[in-house]
Amino acid sequence: MSNTNNMSQNSVEEQIRRKLMVNLHPIRLDIVNDSERHAGHRSSPGTGNSHFQILIVSPVFEGKSRVDRHRLVNDVLKDELAGTIHALGLKAYAPDEPHS
Amino acid sequence: MSEQEVQDWIRKQIAESDVVVFMKGTKKVPQCGFSGQVAQIMDYLGVDYQDINVLDDMSVRDGIKKFTNWPTIPQVYVKGEFVGGCDIVREMFQAGELSQLLTEKGISHNKTNMTA
Repeated sequence: MSNTNNMSQNSVEEQIRRKLMVNLHPIRLDIVNDSERHAGHRSSPGTGNSHFQILIVSPVFEGKSRVDRHRLVNDVLKDELAGTIHALGLKAYAPDEPHS
Repeated sequence: MSEQEVQDWIRKQIAESDVVVFMKGTKKVPQCGFSGQVAQIMDYLGVDYQDINVLDDMSVRDGIKKFTNWPTIPQVYVKGEFVGGCDIVREMFQAGELSQLLTEKGISHNKTNMTA
């Protein structure tokens, strides 16, 4: 993989991180880019920025249903989900819930 | 189909079957890992569900995202209500909540979950 790719990979991940930080004020935010694992499989765009797993812990999720939590994140990442992101694994917890 | 016709068609599908899964591929041959996980969970629970392959029709693939206001596939509907995508369905299954929901809605299935 070329340097250019690595740079754009970082920037998409950083963009996701920044947007989630600004909008949802997480106390924990783990973002894993596992696009490499999916490279070459059917319908994978092969951009290196297509598959992400996110674990986010934030007080904004307190008292909210799973669907509402995902909607909050989906809304923040609306542009990315319509473009770059092909698949997003998401775990969203309130601070007082067990998360690993 | 026009966009409105697609929305009406989707509404009809989720009204006609107790459990509907909009997925990439079919329940027998899923074409995506996330859709495959949902199919496995449904099979494990022995739920009789309607699978709709969004790869068959681009207007349905776009239409279901608009219908639910949800950007990803798979999408699971139970008794006309949106339950969630792969992550949510898996979490609910593991917590025993999916079985609980199906019971509440009067949908027959194997009352079991993965926590053992």
